[in-house]
Amino acid sequence: MNAKTRRLTVEIFRFNPQDPDATPGTECYEIDESPYMTLYIVLTRIREEMDASLQFDFSCRSAICGSCGMLVNGRPMLACRTLTASLPQHIRLYPLPVFELVGDLSVDTGRWFRNMVQQVEGWIHERAPFDPDAQEERMSDDESLAIYESDRCIECGCCVASCGVANLKPGFAGPAGLNRMARFMMDPRDARDDEAWFDVVSNEDGVFGCIGMMACHDVCPKELPLLEVYAYLRRKTLAAGFR
Amino acid sequence: MKSRSLHTTDVLVIGGGLAGERCAMEAAAEGLEVTILSLVPPRRSHSCAAQGGMQAALGNCVKGEGDNPDWHFLDTVRGSDWGADQEVARMFVDEAPRAVRELAHFGVPWTRVRPGNNDYFVKGEPVVIREAEENAGLLMHRDFGGTAKWRTCYASAGTGHAILYAIDSEVIRLGIDVWDRCEALALIHENGRCWGAIARSLRTGELTAVLANATVIATGGYGRIYGKYTTNATINYGSGAAIAFETGVVPLGNMEAVQFHPTGLWPSGILVTEGCRGDGGHLLNRELERFMVQREPEKQELASRDVVSRHMMDQIQNGNGAESGYGPHLWLDLRHLGAEHLHQKLREVVDICRDFAGIDPAQSMIPVRPTQHYSMGGIRVNKDGQAYGMAGLFAAGEAACWDMHGFNRLGGNSLAETIVAGRLVGRSVAAFARREKLDTGTALARRFLDACEADIAAWLARTGDGPRIYAIQSRMAEIMINKVGIFRNGPDLEQAVSELQDCLHDCGHAVLHSKGPGMNPELSDALRLQGMIRLAITIASGALARTESRGAHFRRDFPLRDDRHWLKRTLARWPADTTSPRLSYEPVGLIDLPPGHRGYGKAEWIELGKSLEEYNQSVGTLQDAEGRLASEEPQGSRMSWGAWKSVATTTGTSK
Ligand SMILES: Cc1cc2nc3c(=O)[nH]c(=O)nc-3n(C[C@H](O)[C@H](O)[C@H](O)COP(=O)(O)OP(=O)(O)OC[C@H]3O[C@@H](n4cnc5c(N)ncnc54)[C@H](O)[C@@H]3O)c2cc1C
Ligand code: FES
Repeated sequence: MNAKTRRLTVEIFRFNPQDPDATPGTECYEIDESPYMTLYIVLTRIREEMDASLQFDFSCRSAICGSCGMLVNGRPMLACRTLTASLPQHIRLYPLPVFELVGDLSVDTGRWFRNMVQQVEGWIHERAPFDPDAQEERMSDDESLAIYESDRCIECGCCVASCGVANLKPGFAGPAGLNRMARFMMDPRDARDDEAWFDVVSNEDGVFGCIGMMACHDVCPKELPLLEVYAYLRRKTLAAGFR
Repeated sequence: MKSRSLHTTDVLVIGGGLAGERCAMEAAAEGLEVTILSLVPPRRSHSCAAQGGMQAALGNCVKGEGDNPDWHFLDTVRGSDWGADQEVARMFVDEAPRAVRELAHFGVPWTRVRPGNNDYFVKGEPVVIREAEENAGLLMHRDFGGTAKWRTCYASAGTGHAILYAIDSEVIRLGIDVWDRCEALALIHENGRCWGAIARSLRTGELTAVLANATVIATGGYGRIYGKYTTNATINYGSGAAIAFETGVVPLGNMEAVQFHPTGLWPSGILVTEGCRGDGGHLLNRELERFMVQREPEKQELASRDVVSRHMMDQIQNGNGAESGYGPHLWLDLRHLGAEHLHQKLREVVDICRDFAGIDPAQSMIPVRPTQHYSMGGIRVNKDGQAYGMAGLFAAGEAACWDMHGFNRLGGNSLAETIVAGRLVGRSVAAFARREKLDTGTALARRFLDACEADIAAWLARTGDGPRIYAIQSRMAEIMINKVGIFRNGPDLEQAVSELQDCLHDCGHAVLHSKGPGMNPELSDALRLQGMIRLAITIASGALARTESRGAHFRRDFPLRDDRHWLKRTLARWPADTTSPRLSYEPVGLIDLPPGHRGYGKAEWIELGKSLEEYNQSVGTLQDAEGRLASEEPQGSRMSWGAWKSVATTTGTSK
């Protein structure tokens, strides 16, 4: 706290698609660093004190809701949990690629992810209707933990933005989509068998679209084990294919 | 003004969090057309931030043995400091087990019972407990404050996230129409009947009149009235309550009942879980003294949330807070627990400290401060979730005052409320929408659209050197945390009301600096401001009028709970063109468990001074007079009179 205060230069991509006169560009803001300062604090202060038109998205501001993915000095990350202390004096902020731009740093991850969930039918295909008066079905805690591990994805879009294939090919389920498939494939409550999954997973929009660059694995803020996820999917589809 | 349009639907649900989505599912399952509005994609709603868990009395583990809805009822009513509606509490505890099991059916990866020896912490001490083979694989429970049994079901450290994803997946499966990045600005209503809402796109700024046969408000809490002094998400503006309030006829209940959590990370306000103190963490002041030991020799750091928060504020107000560039705070010290314990048992805390404070709790103390956490008050509804005074308007979840929490909600009870209320209120909504006809013209919709447009135009047209909205916002927050916070007293509250009225006045002169096309973030914030200030004034006014202390509402000048005068619920309405709410009161509801000692906190109170029979007799009439609409079943139909006696004889904490 007694270290000399830095004066940060924050260079931000600006474009409002709703404004017919607007052209894309960047704008720089100068702000004094303070202790525990995150990009959430930086951006809110810029909006409140310097430029009230600046668009960006935050909700939980605690790395839980996935609203605030953006490119920070070129790397997709959650702005809310990024401390300025971990960044150089000059900070460049750009919206995530792949997703439709809402304005400035705000992109439409919501629709992308809803489409993805529809594409992979990311819900439990029940085996029997719910019986409100029965005891819950049993499941081992290990099994449950394994599902939880891939259920932890917060759909922030960082992996999608970092993915070479997703950047070029709109139909590709993307790392988050593949992870979502695996999550339901391993759930014993889901009625879909390997063959039912085959058509969704085993093609160019599914696991065989991935060309293994694995940037997704490095940028995931939740540190999901995506390498293992893809290996699991390949194993499952190969097994189903041979049957 | 440019584009505006009209949309018609059977059911409009304002809010895509757990309460709203679960409610929407119920109506969609009945074949009704449902439209959900949400400020953010539903999965980013604040419900995702809940980590702790969801209470349901299943009694699956050793520490939960013998648990049942009667115990849950007892804990909930005691926790509420008798402010709850006991019939609603009963409906809630009876339904919670079904709700939690249904979530398992939808795919929530609940933590399960592991048979054999398990390591737990009980009151800071490590213990080994053997879980029975016959319970293997059932839903596991963890310990939470204010409960007689371990009852809280959880999915590792991400319960809210896991539930919200499961529920939203069902919403997508059912093909329910969700308008994300869309905000309800006003209700469309006439002669005590609600017909939908005016929605504003947060992509383009366009307005749409959504005409609906039934409308549900499930917009969550209003923590942002306290500015940065809240654990709530940045989108928790309380605008659902504000637009209901704006009608002038729908009352808000018990707005003065505001919960504070002792350990919000400072300065971000992010929640640091109670588990830290559960495992033996210490609270220290600027002199590094463990002040809780002296203040509460018995329970120390583990006294209830409201008690700990009060002692902490005491320290800060007496100049014993540590300084940071952001104002005074206290320290949470976990260093003595050791790196291994922290990394194994409190991993999320380590992550939060690293990500948001840049510290390692094994090496450094954590800066914390009591922080606004939960809104017990909200839109007052009957037991079906139907708003007082306005047919066709319903509310559920944190936005509602259904009222199972009274003046203090227990940890784990609010996630459970969202699902239970979603199921029950959803059914009433569906029944209503099937029974009634959507029977209003577009003229009414146009009138409300015009009003919203005029409001927007006025904001954009105003020029000069008036105050900025962000200055007003932060002034409101400072007033709320300093004068309508944990400790309250008459003179401060009076001042707060008058200063907040100044804020309201300033709001009428404030000038925008951003006037460009599109959603315009500053305009969006401006449109919320008046409603937020009105809620703030209502909280302060209710607190000023309530000359007693109950649950989270603590008056230094009236430190006792006063059942003789205050065993009642505050109702507030906002008449047009005024600067303060009109307050009235109703009985809390039918009383089964008689008011007494909660089992913790002060053992002194002022007695009711009449029989429960006498109290109960007047409940229906007095509530009807306050605008309660008829419920599908008569009042009292869901009471289980005296059932609590089967467990209350075995009193005390059985944990
Ligand atoms: C940090 C934290 C931890 C918590 N942990 C627990 C816990 O462990 N256990 C527990 O039981 N409870 C916990 N709670 C409380 C619990 O999470 C909330 O009370 C509950 O999730 C609220 O759900 P909801 O559906 O009512 O509202 P929310 O989830 O807040 O959803 C509100 C919805 O309304 C929408 N909305 C708001 N205004 C408008 C508008 N004007 N127009 C359109 N849409 C609008 C939002 O976009 C959102 O979709 C916690 C709370 C916090 C802050
Ligand atoms: S704001 Fe929720 S993840 Fe950053």
